[in-house]
Amino acid sequence: MEVEAPNGMETGTGPETGIETTNSQGTKKGFFSFPTSSRHASQGWRLIPLLVAALVLIPVGTVVSSLFTPAGEVWRHLAETTLPDLLANTFWLALGVLAGVTLLGVSLAWFTAVCEFPGRQFFSWALLLPFAMPAYVTAFVALGLFDYIGPVQTALREWFGPDLFWFPNVRSRTGVILVMILAFYPYVYLLARNAFLTQGKRSLEAAQSLGLSRTQGFFKVALPMARPWIAGGAMLALMETLADFGTVAVFNYDTFTTAIYKAWFAMFSLPAASQLASLLIVIVFAMIILEQQFRSQMRYAEIRQSARAHLITLSGWQKWGVTGFASATLFLAFLLPVAQLAVWTTRVFARDFDQRYLEFLWHSLLLSGFAALLTCSVALLMVYAARRHPSRATRAAVRISTLGYALPGTVLAVGIFIPIAWLDNQLSEMAMQLFHMETGLLIQGTLATMLIAYMTRFLAVSYSPIDSAMQRITSSIDEAAMGLGLSGWSMLRRVHLPMLRSGIFTAATLVFVDVMKEMPITLMTRPFGWDTLAVRIFEMTSEGEWEQAALPAVALVLAGLLPLIFFMRQSEK
Amino acid sequence: MSSARLNRYLTAMICCVTLFTADASRAEEVVVYSARIEQLIKPMFDAFTKDSGIPVKFVTDKEGPLLARLKAEGKNTPADMLITVDAGNLWEAAREGLLRPVESEILETNVPAHLQDPLNRWFGLSIRARTIVYNTHKVKPSDLSTYEALADPKWKNRLCIRTSKKVYNQSLVAMMIAEHGEPKTEQIVKGWVANLATDPLSDDSKAMEYVAAGKCDVTIVNTYYYGRLMKKNPKLPLAIFWPNQDNSGVHVNISGAGVTKYAHHPQAAIKLLEFLSSEKAQNLFADVNMEYPVNSKVKTDPTVAAWGSFKQNTINVNKAGELQAEAVKLMDRAGYK
Repeated sequence: MEVEAPNGMETGTGPETGIETTNSQGTKKGFFSFPTSSRHASQGWRLIPLLVAALVLIPVGTVVSSLFTPAGEVWRHLAETTLPDLLANTFWLALGVLAGVTLLGVSLAWFTAVCEFPGRQFFSWALLLPFAMPAYVTAFVALGLFDYIGPVQTALREWFGPDLFWFPNVRSRTGVILVMILAFYPYVYLLARNAFLTQGKRSLEAAQSLGLSRTQGFFKVALPMARPWIAGGAMLALMETLADFGTVAVFNYDTFTTAIYKAWFAMFSLPAASQLASLLIVIVFAMIILEQQFRSQMRYAEIRQSARAHLITLSGWQKWGVTGFASATLFLAFLLPVAQLAVWTTRVFARDFDQRYLEFLWHSLLLSGFAALLTCSVALLMVYAARRHPSRATRAAVRISTLGYALPGTVLAVGIFIPIAWLDNQLSEMAMQLFHMETGLLIQGTLATMLIAYMTRFLAVSYSPIDSAMQRITSSIDEAAMGLGLSGWSMLRRVHLPMLRSGIFTAATLVFVDVMKEMPITLMTRPFGWDTLAVRIFEMTSEGEWEQAALPAVALVLAGLLPLIFFMRQSEK
Repeated sequence: MSSARLNRYLTAMICCVTLFTADASRAEEVVVYSARIEQLIKPMFDAFTKDSGIPVKFVTDKEGPLLARLKAEGKNTPADMLITVDAGNLWEAAREGLLRPVESEILETNVPAHLQDPLNRWFGLSIRARTIVYNTHKVKPSDLSTYEALADPKWKNRLCIRTSKKVYNQSLVAMMIAEHGEPKTEQIVKGWVANLATDPLSDDSKAMEYVAAGKCDVTIVNTYYYGRLMKKNPKLPLAIFWPNQDNSGVHVNISGAGVTKYAHHPQAAIKLLEFLSSEKAQNLFADVNMEYPVNSKVKTDPTVAAWGSFKQNTINVNKAGELQAEAVKLMDRAGYK
């Protein structure tokens, strides 16, 4: 380890020291100044990111280890036929979604956080609702409504004759991109809003007193200061896009993930599929590093947590324009899909609804709740440990720990399952030799396994908001706390935790709802009989019964709303 | 706590756990990994439990993950039986050595030879027929003949088809390779692609709705999707045509099952397999999803029987697995997305 935790008043800690340490790693070698009493605890903190990274590395490593199994034939075939198209498709999709979620998420966040317009309070939480909607459901509903056979085009054909050449093709690249933007913008919205709310108005006021217009103030001050949040949200949306299979399958839009599943399910080559997935990890890893390289030149701490200042007032047409914009987004991304699901649900409700749904609901809530708790706790520890020990190893560990999110769900699920089964087999072997007992499998099929699996997937989701929130806290606060004799746990609990409140609630919201929607890991690791709402959706859709899937989908959305609203209120207290 | 005492505690604990689980695995039950979804499989399990007193535990997932799971669990797998909704994945499971041969008079009588593994590692339990559906306003049945004929230029801009990523199409093309060889099959598939009225669709129901709405005239689908759609909307101008009746017959796939190699309850699992192929269960198995029973002694559901009888392709369905990867590559080359 080249750099130890700076502990004195000389440097302080926090992300801004990240700049100093990168610049002066050579000169600070062997800098040990902390009192021996806290040294032991301090070492422990440094281990946390490494341990978590090791845990995540196991499934990711299982996937990457496929590189040693030859699968050249599948590669050759792909390279000769579909790969160029798939790469182009994936590139445009990623670019389109990235641009779209950033524009939509940031603008909505800005309006609801700092501008006054009719319905602002309602929209601030309502614009999060689309997050409860699984993307493939939005996709299916959008196609169902606007495709050639949908009610819209059918009606138009009745009015204008059979040739609707002017009607855009919904099953197209633009179509997929739009649907994904509507499904994934809440990541950016939630994080960016958090940034705008916490950055205080002083800097903005200062900018205005220096003669910058309101627009200039936004672009030159507010936006750059919200950068880690926006980048974090956009990165999550990007990873989700790259790993998505359900949405693109509805559109029959072939991406890189399509090739992964084709190699596995159709050509029976799990090694080839894993190799393709490894490539995906490498790309995402490179992008994370690139983004952080740009970012490490800046510091984001607010001088003081300022009281919420007055909101910007908009002129008449402006404020109604904003209301219209927010309404349109909410309508397309949430109200319309929900209305369609509701119509379908009424058709199947009487036949399909029974008390088992209470059980599905209970399982979903329980798993999501515990997964959110576990994942956020681990993320919090990692963020704090990385703040106390901003060394190269820590930073690398942090990056590795968030990679699980970039893998297609089913591939990661297998990556998780294989090592668990291996461990289980070893244990059972041991029990056989020691006690001559047949134990069967002990670890798999337990809820603990399931929760750890969720954690490896969703750590990235909880890390981003908490990390961004931590960057808001100046190092001088840590120094002051140290001066008062606080360190380790007590500093985290008494100083940081209260200030990270909104970041933690944001993280919990995201993980909670994401776990509710999660399918492949749930399917693969659930104990017998532990079906959830998402499992129910899988069962219906896998035989093409989309209308019947509406019932569990509506239940899932409703169940997701409660925590969403609860967390939202908590985070803004 | 002294270390000796700690040791004793630990030993006691492990014994407890092991006793408990060992006991569970000895009890008579069948554990099933099923790619056939709950509502299409649970009624039969319930019937079996009622009939035999043996409880059935099951978990559903896609075939790929289920196979990976069986493989990773090895000889400690809790699963006694694997159920899939296509022959290809059963073939793959057998090739991976995950299934055991089952010698059973009952199964041999109930399941036709071409719908089971030649080495008896898996058995078909219901037939999924893939056939042609056409728009009754625009096509006369006499215009239609075979799957292959849909490659004829006279169908230009008149064909709709589901994506090649669906296993049913992969099986269909694999069976065509088995019959015609690769070069000819590739010509046929290229012909289909050239005749498409719109990009391949994500499911069979959509393809039929496109036909009904007049975007195209014919499509290739599994019959139970037709049954479901017509039940919902009987007025649609759609009808079934049984292709290839003068030569190889209609392409059929199976939903089937096999007993796992490391089954802890092989006897009970075989009993379940035999039960599922029996007259008692066959109607239920096929009728819940408007499929066809494999057991010829069992009558087809009246709605399904009304679509007419047909000659089916009797090449062994294991060819669908054997040639699946080839079929996928061929479709990629032909530009069938």
